[in-house]
Amino acid sequence: MTDVGRHPRIKLLTLSEVVDVKGYVGNFKVKILKKARYVDETSCTACGECAKVCPVVRPDEFNMGLGSRKAIYSPFPQAVPSSYLINAKECLGHNPAVCSKCVEVCSKGCINFHMSDEEIIEEVGTIIVATGLVPYDPTEMDEYGYTRFDNVMTSLEFERMVNASGPTKGSLVRPSDREHPKSVGFIQCVGSRSAKKGARYCSNVCCMNTIKSTFIIKEHYPDVEVKVFYIDIRAFGKGFEDLYTRSRRMGAQYIRGLPGSVEETGEKSLRVAVENAATGKLEYHHLDMLVLAQGIKPAPSTQRLQEIMGLQLTADGFYLEAHPKLQPVDAATRGIFFAGCAEGPKDIKDSVTQASAAAMRAIRVMHKGEITTEPITSVIIAEKCKSCGKCAEVCPYGAITVDVKNKKPAVVNSAACAGCGTCSAECRFDAITMNHFTDAQILGQVDTMLDTAPEAKILAFACNWCSYAGADYAGVSRLQYPANVHLIRVMCSGRVDEKFIWEGFRKGAPVVLVSGCHIGDCHYIDANHWTEKRVARIHKKMEKIGLRPERLQLEWISAAEGIRFAETMKRMEQVRRSVTAEEIAETINTLSKL
Amino acid sequence: MSKPTKDPRIGVYVCHCGLNIAQSVDCSRVARTVENEDGVVVSKDIVYACSEPGQQQIKQDIIDNGLDRIVIASCSPRLHESTFKKMIDSVGLNPYMLDMANLREQCSWVHMNDHAGATLKAETLVNMSISRVRHLQPLTEETLPLTPKTLVIGGGIAGIQAALDLADSGYDVTLVEKSPSVGGVMAQIDKTFPTMDCSI
Repeated sequence: MTDVGRHPRIKLLTLSEVVDVKGYVGNFKVKILKKARYVDETSCTACGECAKVCPVVRPDEFNMGLGSRKAIYSPFPQAVPSSYLINAKECLGHNPAVCSKCVEVCSKGCINFHMSDEEIIEEVGTIIVATGLVPYDPTEMDEYGYTRFDNVMTSLEFERMVNASGPTKGSLVRPSDREHPKSVGFIQCVGSRSAKKGARYCSNVCCMNTIKSTFIIKEHYPDVEVKVFYIDIRAFGKGFEDLYTRSRRMGAQYIRGLPGSVEETGEKSLRVAVENAATGKLEYHHLDMLVLAQGIKPAPSTQRLQEIMGLQLTADGFYLEAHPKLQPVDAATRGIFFAGCAEGPKDIKDSVTQASAAAMRAIRVMHKGEITTEPITSVIIAEKCKSCGKCAEVCPYGAITVDVKNKKPAVVNSAACAGCGTCSAECRFDAITMNHFTDAQILGQVDTMLDTAPEAKILAFACNWCSYAGADYAGVSRLQYPANVHLIRVMCSGRVDEKFIWEGFRKGAPVVLVSGCHIGDCHYIDANHWTEKRVARIHKKMEKIGLRPERLQLEWISAAEGIRFAETMKRMEQVRRSVTAEEIAETINTLSKL
Repeated sequence: MSKPTKDPRIGVYVCHCGLNIAQSVDCSRVARTVENEDGVVVSKDIVYACSEPGQQQIKQDIIDNGLDRIVIASCSPRLHESTFKKMIDSVGLNPYMLDMANLREQCSWVHMNDHAGATLKAETLVNMSISRVRHLQPLTEETLPLTPKTLVIGGGIAGIQAALDLADSGYDVTLVEKSPSVGGVMAQIDKTFPTMDCSI
C-alpha cells in the first residue's frame, strides 16, 4: 500500500471521483473531481495532535462503527496518504468563536479551511476500472435479527473486532456486555445464493472467510464453541480444502443447513433454529454471539461510471467483460480493462491476478507508442452534399463540421469519428458513405435474405456492442428461438437507415426488428436516441400509408440479456404469424407506388 | 496477392467447429448450395477454420485461386474476426475483404432441435455474407499518437496492484480513489486466507 503513495510514476488522487470520460483508446480525456481535504497532504505528519483536541466524536467507518473517530481524523493507522482530513459536514467550523481548536494546535499549519474542491483534467491512453465491492447489508434479512439483537454482527464487523488494530485490540467480546463469548455461530451465504434476498450469485469469499475466522477464534480461545451453519462449503482454491480440514480438526462444528429463525434469549444470547440436513431434524442451538457471513455487491459507483464510459453490466450489476473466457479483463470498449470485484466477486488472490492481467493488457495497447484506428469511419461525398448540417447535428462526437452559411460541403475529422454511422443514416441526400457498412453492403444483405420465401423470415438489425452481443450470449447459453431470425450486424443501431427498413418491407419482409443498446448505454454516447426518433418517424409513415406499425419493432437488448434476446425473437415470430400473404402483397404494392 | 479484377473472386468456408456447428447444420450441404453463386470460386466445408491447418488451407486457396474476398461461416465475428483478418492479411489480402457469417452463436447453438431450419438459415446467412463481400472495399488503418499513461479507478487491492505493475513497467499512472485512503475492503481485513497473513 505504501508503495503506491511513494512511487514516482503514480499520481494518487484520494477523495476523488471520475466525473467525465471523453475520447477513445489511446487518447481519453478524463475529468476528475478532487474533494477538499482541508489538511495539506504534503506537510501533515499525522502526529494526531489535532484529533486530540477535536470535540466532535463520530462512529468510525473503518471499524464498521464499532469504534469512534473525530471530525478531523486519519481513516486508519496505515492509511495512504497518511495525512489527516476533516469531514466538513461534521466539523463545527473554522470560526474561532465556535471551535477551530485543531488549527490552534497544528504546529505545521497544515489545516486550511479555505481549500475547495478541485477539478482535474487527465489525459490517458488506457483506463483500468477497479471499483471494487460493498459488503451486503443484511438489514433486510430480518429473520437473523441483525438490527434487533446486539450480539448479531456482520463478518466485517467481526473482522474489525478480532483485528489487533481494531476497537477491542483484537479481543473477542460480545457487543452487549463486553464479555468473552463461550460460543460463536456463523451463518453462511447471507445475501448470496438466494433468489429472494441479496443476490443469486455466490460471494466467492464468505466460506473461506468464515473458515479463517474459526481459526482465529480457535487459536486464541480454544474453549470457545464454534458452529458454522452452511449450505455447502466451497473450498475450491489452492490450499483452501486443507484450511477447511484443519478448521474441523481444531474443533469447529459444521452444521449443514441455514437457520430459519434467530431469537434472543436471556442475557442477550441467541437461540438459532435450524433444520440439520444431515439428520433431517430440527435443532436449536444456543449461542452467545452470531456472525452473518455477508455477501458481495457491486460498488455503488458502478452504474454511474458505466454510463459515463458507455460500458456494459451483467444482470448481477457487475461489469461485463468482452469475453468470459478469452478476454476476461477487457471491456468491450478498446482501451478499458477491469480488475478485481468490479468485474465479479472474487478473493484477494484472484483480484491481484486479474489486476496484473489488466495492467499487462493496458501495456499491450500502449507499448508501441501509437494506436491504429479502425478505418470504419464516415466519408463525405462532396458532390452530393447540400450543406444542410444534419450530419453535424446528429454526430455524437462533434466530428463533422459544415459551413451551412456558405454552403460548403461537410468535413469529417476521421480521428474523432467513432464509426456509429448515424450521420450516414440521417443524410437525406446519400452524401455520406459509412466505410465497411455502406448502403450497398447492407442493402445487398437485405435483398439476399429476402430473395426466397421472405414471408417466412424475420429481418433483424443488431448493433455490434449490445444486441448482437446479446444474441451471441443467447447462443452461449443455448437459449432456443425460431430459426427464421436473420441478423444484420451494424456497429450502432444509429446506422439503420430508413431505406433499409423500407427495402425490407418492399422485398416482402413480414416483420423488421431494430435493436440496440439501452438508452443511456449506447456505445456511441447517445446515437441510439436518433434510432428511437427515426423508428418513431417510420411508424408514423407506416400508419399513414396503411402498414401496421407493429410490423416494425424497436427493442433495446444489452450484451448480457441473452434471455431477453431469445424472448424478443419468440415475440417477433408471434407478430410474423399475424402477417398474412395478402398483407405482404398489399405492402409491396403500396410501397412500389411511392 | 491476386491481381485486382473487376469480377470478385470469393472463397467461402463453412466451419464445422468440431460438432458445435455440424451437430445442427449440414455444413457440406451449405458449402455445396452456395458454390454456384456469382463470384464464388471456392466453397468448402472445413472442420476447424481457426486451427492452424484450417488457416493454412484457406491461405493456400487464396494464393492458388487468386481469391480477393473471403466468407468465413463459423463462430461470432466478436470472437474470431481478428484471427481471420490477420490470416488474410498475411497472404497480402486487405483485412477488410472478409465477412463472417455467424453459424454458431446465432444458428447451430440456438436451433439445436431444428436441423432443417438451422441448415436453411445457415444457407441464407452465408448467401447474405456473399452478397456483402461483393461490395467490400479495401480499407487502411490509420495510426494516431497515444498518451502512454493509465487511469486506474479504485484504490483497493486490484487498483493498487494494477497501478504498481504499470508504474514499475515505466508507465505513468493516475490512481483515483473516492475515499480518503487507498486500501479498500482489503485493508479492513487482518489475516487473509489461505496464508493467514496480514493483508496490508
